[in-house]
Order: sequence, then structure tokens, then C-alpha cells
Amino acid sequence: MKSVRLDHVTKMFGKSIGVHDVDIQINSGEFFTFLGPSGCGKTTTLRIIAGFYFPTKGKVYFDGDDVTGLKPNKRNIGMVFQNYALFPHMTVFENIAFGLEVRKLSKREIKEKVERAQKFVRLEGYGDRKITELSGGQQQRVALARALVIEPDILLLDEPLSNLDAKLRDETRVEIKRLQVELGITTIYVTHDQHEAMAMSDRIMVMNQGKIQQIGTPQEIYNKPVNHFVASFIGETNIIKADVIKVTDTHITVDIGQGTLLTGLRENSSPQLDFEKEKQVILSIRPEMINAGEGTNPLEGIIQLSEFTGMSINYLVKAGDHELKVMIVNAGTEVLGRGDSIKLHIPESGIYFMSEKR
Amino acid sequence: MTNSSGAPASKQNAWQKMTQSKYFVYVLISPLVLVLFAYVIYPLYKTFAQSVFDQEGALTFGNYLSFFTTEANLESLFNSVFISIVSVITCAIVGVGMAFLLNRYEFPGRKILSVFVLVPMALPPLIGAISFSFLYGNSGIFPRLFQYIFQLEDVPFAVEGIWGIIVVHTFTMYPYFYLSASAAIRGLDLSLEEAATSLGANRVTIWRKIILPMLTPAMVASSLLVFMISMASYTAPLMFGVERVMTMAITLSRTNGNLDMAATQSTILSMVSIAFLILMTWYQNRRNYQSQSKGVGVHRTEVRSSRIKYIAAVLSTIGVIILMLPIMVIALISFAVDGEWTTQIIPTKYTLDHYIELFTDSRTWGPIKNSIQMSIFAVIGNIIFGVAAAYAMVRFQFKGKVFMDILIMVPWALPGTVVAVNLISAFSEPSVFSLNQVLVGTFWILPLAYFVRQLPLVFRNTQASLIQMDDSIEEAAQSLGATWWYSFRRVVFPIIMPGILAGTLLAFVQGLTEFVASILLYSPQTMPLSVGIWNRMYAFQFGTACAYGVLQTVLIIVVLLVNEKIKGDSNQTGASLG
Repeated sequence: MKSVRLDHVTKMFGKSIGVHDVDIQINSGEFFTFLGPSGCGKTTTLRIIAGFYFPTKGKVYFDGDDVTGLKPNKRNIGMVFQNYALFPHMTVFENIAFGLEVRKLSKREIKEKVERAQKFVRLEGYGDRKITELSGGQQQRVALARALVIEPDILLLDEPLSNLDAKLRDETRVEIKRLQVELGITTIYVTHDQHEAMAMSDRIMVMNQGKIQQIGTPQEIYNKPVNHFVASFIGETNIIKADVIKVTDTHITVDIGQGTLLTGLRENSSPQLDFEKEKQVILSIRPEMINAGEGTNPLEGIIQLSEFTGMSINYLVKAGDHELKVMIVNAGTEVLGRGDSIKLHIPESGIYFMSEKR
Repeated sequence: MTNSSGAPASKQNAWQKMTQSKYFVYVLISPLVLVLFAYVIYPLYKTFAQSVFDQEGALTFGNYLSFFTTEANLESLFNSVFISIVSVITCAIVGVGMAFLLNRYEFPGRKILSVFVLVPMALPPLIGAISFSFLYGNSGIFPRLFQYIFQLEDVPFAVEGIWGIIVVHTFTMYPYFYLSASAAIRGLDLSLEEAATSLGANRVTIWRKIILPMLTPAMVASSLLVFMISMASYTAPLMFGVERVMTMAITLSRTNGNLDMAATQSTILSMVSIAFLILMTWYQNRRNYQSQSKGVGVHRTEVRSSRIKYIAAVLSTIGVIILMLPIMVIALISFAVDGEWTTQIIPTKYTLDHYIELFTDSRTWGPIKNSIQMSIFAVIGNIIFGVAAAYAMVRFQFKGKVFMDILIMVPWALPGTVVAVNLISAFSEPSVFSLNQVLVGTFWILPLAYFVRQLPLVFRNTQASLIQMDDSIEEAAQSLGATWWYSFRRVVFPIIMPGILAGTLLAFVQGLTEFVASILLYSPQTMPLSVGIWNRMYAFQFGTACAYGVLQTVLIIVVLLVNEKIKGDSNQTGASLG
């Protein structure tokens, strides 16, 4: 299994920027995800690694070997396309065997490997089927088998679940993760779905407008977003502007308007934030961090919207100038309705400080 | 950057640099441009040059001056335009009327009529004109029949002259209107009409404000097409002896040895055709009235009154008979003994000999063999050029792409007469493009003419298949380690095969039935099938001529059916892949 390094890679399309100065190291055997909204440059980055695009600037290394100018067919990669790109005129067997035939394996070896791959993706006995006779989920597994059977150094997945319906998507997600763990293959996964990214990845790279926003483990990205974009793209959050009132070695106190003060932990702040210089900051408070009842950082508000989902109760609460999303885990609690007043409190560890600059 | 492996790597880098350069695509398309230049632009230019340069090579507009001051020429131009305009109107009335009748109403005989309505497309160009003169001409079956029934001195009516041409045009070209209007009507979203009704509009308003505007794009496109084909029409004027139309004027100038005037007339006709081609391309690119909702069933109004039902059934039967008569009369006469049919209504003596002779007599077999050989050579060229050009146009981005697209379509827009005149101007002396040979008078000029005339067929069909194919399929093959050539051979080619095959079959059968260019280019040793038909007609050997005609018609029908099958199969795979 190979590691991948992108050394300050920039890709221009004419005058518009595809990706700008992407500099990452993906470790051998790692499950690494490019996450971002459509048009953020994640697929462009993946295609640079696959060799379908040549970077305008920068280099691509596989295990320290410069592959920047190497053609896609010489890279020994396995790629799964968003629409699967199965060969419509071939059977399941012929599709999976394609890469092995290119590599001029013997008939016996091909048969052996293809059958093993079919078993691996649970498509035994489907070898003679035409592609058009398969369901979406089965087509997806053929695409996966076709990419894996050539024993690639790196597996590239371009939004592989986006064409499946919700239930199948969950199943296939687990399946992909299982295959990846069993084979220990370096995997790069492109998605715009944060749940997929969080559930599957060792590390995530969040991108926006062609630039890296943050690289980190799912916990880091979720709990310690570096900026407004990451905080609001990953999960739900309340973004509040605040003035810094008091800074100590361990605690920060801010005013969120009308004299309402909130105190949080200094360690819960983005590394880019400098309290010595910036007097205005942005708070990110996750809905599930806000609790009902009395406690530290108390707030009072009126319920605007109330939503019972079974597992939790979601409120939209108007507190002062702010509309706060609040999520309370259902423990047999009474569900309040629109217009009721509610007392809330936020633990110190539930407040996250970010720089106002993007 | 440090380069550890030295020389071979830097050599590889140079190759990469070249292939990755944005100018490399021009190296790839240069052979295609060369072919277009050699066999389309250069001949076109040679004809143009002949019309504007005199013997000493000095620029002169004398030819054009004399064209526009000679009454015969002006009359030819006027007649061509007049015939074309009237043909557009009559084809539109018949085609659109049929389309509405068959798509919007349910009546006895609708199904059978909707099968036979496309029969005229199966008629080879020359056969269409010949059958009409057999049926409705001065000594045709029907005029004589009426003369006999009513015991008249003379035939009561006859299809001849300019109106004869228009009748033949209407019969052979209304399917263009029928097809596009049918597609447009089927695409008409019924909910639009329902919406208009719910807003208080009556039938007339709906027609005026909704249906007609939505049909306009299809009508304009078909009108341009029919106008162009009518301008290029040669067989109908030839059959009805109308000499004052542009195509006939060109051939007459040539026979009279006035080559400069022929070149001038050709150039003027080319300009009209190319102008119409550009107009059509421009119009098709901007039209877009696609229906928004999908899968709306076509709504048919059922005819209820039993009297109208009865009339509809009778009229449908007559319609089917009229549509089938041309093929039936050709089939009938193919069994008639040559020279025995003079003043009788229909031939009296019949024989199977013509069909036996087709394949046993070397004189009758000759033209068939020639046509098959020449079509095969032309088609091989069409496949190589068409597939390469389609691939380049779909996959590559380069400057001048729009221009090249039009250039490939030019041979299709040029009248066959003009293509022939151009090739004669270009290749009656040795040139680089003919490998320093004189081509005129040889075998090779005919396949070349067929190649040029059918240039767009394989190209268009292949292009359509390629556009449907997803880019990522090729990338998937590459990611699995396949080289470009391997993935083209194993993946791209099999997928676009139906498109190539459809285009190839059409090109082949068009080669077998080509007449207009052939008549100007053939020599006695290289006489093709259609010219054979014409010469037999001329020698009053109607039986043999019609046996040839039946052969051509059968071939066309077979190809159309096979293509329908191919289309159906490939749509099936394409649709379910989504």
C-alpha cells in the first residue's frame, strides 16, 4: 500500500481556479476523505491523483516517487466513478476481468481472481449477468470489485454512494469500510455528505472554493473547527457574534448582546484566534450542547418552533436577539410548544471560539 | 527538480510535454483537415476559380455578368427557386396534415396508414421519378385508363413539366415534414392544452397561441431541408424533360462545352446550398422547445360518427394504395417483356427473364458489380474518416470546431451535380491529392464522389453514439491500466458500433442508388447501377430497368429495417443504464 503526497498542487482551468495550493500527506493504509460542497475542488484533487488532470503547479508523489506526469494507466490505481462507468456491452465477469486482461494474466488466474472478487463483494453467481440486468446497488459492487481486483496501490472513490437510495447507501457504506479495513488499502474518498465522511474516515480534508479549510480526524473537525465555514458545514451549529469582555489563562468571557455574558474555556478556541488582538469573535455552539434547566451560562427564551423526532426534541428558541437551535435528548421529558418560555444553560466546554476572519 | 534516472526520463518528459501541450490536438486533427481540404474545399475552389479566372489567369466577372444577363439562366434560377418554394408548401401541407391525422385521431385504417406513410423514403431517387411517369405521365397507366374508360381522343390529364416535378417532390419529400411534425406533436405536452383550456381558451386560441408556435421550430427546419433538396433535385427535371432549372442548366452547359458557364452556375448553386446549410445549423442550435414533463401519453380523439368512420376507412385505403403504387408499378413492369408495352394501359406480356438476367448476363450484372465495388471502397473511406472525425469532434476541444462541423456537412448540402462538377474541375489534371493521377474517366472518381457525398452519414451516426457514451467509461478503462488504443478497441469501439453500423449501411445503400453525380462521372466500363437504369429506360428496356429498380428498393428496405432494429437494441441498453 502506498502513501500519497500532494506537494503544493494548483490546478487552473483557463483563468478560473480548480484547486489552489493543496499540500497534503495521505498515509499508507489510511482512509482519507475529501469533503466539501459541490464545486469546492474535491473531485479535481482526486482526478489529479488519478492522473486525469495534470496539475498546473506542484507535484504528486506515490511513496516518494514523482508520478506527476505519469499517465493514469501506469499508476496502478483502482477508481470507482460516481456513475460507476461500467462497460455496458460486457457481462459482470468481463467487466471485473478487464483490468486483469490488460495486465495479461493467464485465463486461469483471471478466472480465479475474478471469482474471488465476486465473492468479496457478494456477487457470486452473477458473472454471466449483463450490466443492465443489475440493480443500482449491484452495479455499485461490480464497480468496486473491478477496481479492487487489480490489487491497486491506492483506491479512489468519487461519490460512490450518491446514486443509491438512503437504505442502500447505509449498507454499502458499511460494506466499503469493511473491504477497506480487511484489505488495509490506502483509500481516498470524495463526498459532499458529512455523515458519510464522519462515519468512515480516519482523517478528513474539508475544502471550499478550491482551498483546504481544515485537515483532521472526524472528532477534531467536529469539535474544533478552525473557521465559520467548517463549523457550519460539519453538523448543525449556532453561530453567534460576540465581544470579548475578559480573558484569563483558562477562561474567556464574552458579551453576546444586551448584557448577556457567556463564559467558556480558553482551550476551546481555534488556533488561528488571537485574543490579544481580536476583540470581536465568533462562537459556535452545537444544538446538543445546550441543555434545559438551571446551570452555568443561563439563558431564557421563547420557543418559536418545536419538533419531536422521537430520539430528541428540537426547539428553535428566541433568546434576546438570537435564534438558537436546541436539541434535547428525549428522556421522557415534557415537550413544550410554541410560545412557551424555556430556561437554558450551556456548559463551559460547550462553547467554541473562532476568529471572525474566515 | 532533480532527475535521478537521466536521459530516458528526459526523453519521456519531452514526449509528455508534447502530448500534453494544448497544441497537440491540432496534430491529431490535421489528417482530417487534410481530407476535407483535398476532397471538399479544393474541388470547390477549383470550380470557383474556373468561374472567375480567364485563360490567362486574370480575374474576370464576365461569366457572372453573362449569367445574370442571359434570359435562359435567369429563368433556370427562377424556376429552381419557384419549384423549391412550392415544394416546401405542398410537402408541409401533406406532411403536417398526415402527422396530425395519424397522431391525434383514432379512426379505422389509422394503424395501417401510419406504417405505409413512410414508404416514399424507401424509393431510390431515380425510381421515384420513373414510377410517377409510368403511373401518371403522358403515356402513363392512369391517364390512359381514363382515356379508355371515357373513350377520349387524348389523355385527359398527365403529370408533366414543372408541376410534374412538384408532384414528385411532394410525394418523395413530405416524410421530412411528417417525421419532424410527428415528433413535435408527440412532444407536445397535453397538460399545456389543458392548462390553456382551464384558463378559458377555446380550440382556435389553443391552436393559434399554443400548438402552432410550438410546431414552428420543426416546420422551419423541415422547410429549409426540403428547399435545399429541391434546389438540388436533378432526376425529376430530367425525367419530365424540364431543362430550365439550375441542375439541368449545369449539365447542359457541360454538354455544350461551355465549361466556364457550368462552373459559374455550379458556384451560384453551391452558394445557395451552403447559405441554407449555415442557416439550418444556426437555427437548429437556437431552437429549444423541449417538453417539460415526461412520459405524457399521446391523446387521440376517437372518431365517433359511423358515416365519418366509413369515409375514413375508404380514404385510408386509397391513401395506402397511392403510397404503394410507385413500388407496385415498378414491380409489375419488372416482369414485362421489353419492347412489348407500347399503347396498352398495362403491359400484356410477362416474363421472369429480367431477374434471371440480372445475375447471369454479364452485361446486366456489370453495373451491379460496379456499384457494389465502388460503394464498398467509398464506405471504407467513410468509416475511417467518419469515426476519426466523430471521435475528435466529441472528445477534443480546439479552435475552429464549429467551422469544421459545418465543413463536414457541406458535401451533404451540395447538390450531387455540383459535387461532380467540382471533382471534374479538381481531378481532370494530376494533383497531389490524387497521387499525381488524372482521376476523371477512371474507376476511382466514382468511389471518390460517393465518399464525398456520404461523408456526413457515418460521422453523424457515430457522433450521436459517442455523445451518449459517458466520458467516465473511457477513464475507467484507463484507470484499470488500459492504454488509449486498448480502451478504444475493447470499450469505445464496441459501444459505438451500432452507430457506425447504421451510418455505414445507409452510406452503402446510398452508394448503390446514387445517380446524380454518377451520370456526370461514369465511363462505359464503370457504369453504376442507377446509370444502368437510366440507359435501359432510354433504350425502352423498361423491364430490365425496373428489375434493377426493384433490387435497389429491396436493398433500401432491408437497410432501413436493420437500422430500426439496431436503434431499438441500443436504445434498450442505453436507457436502462441511465
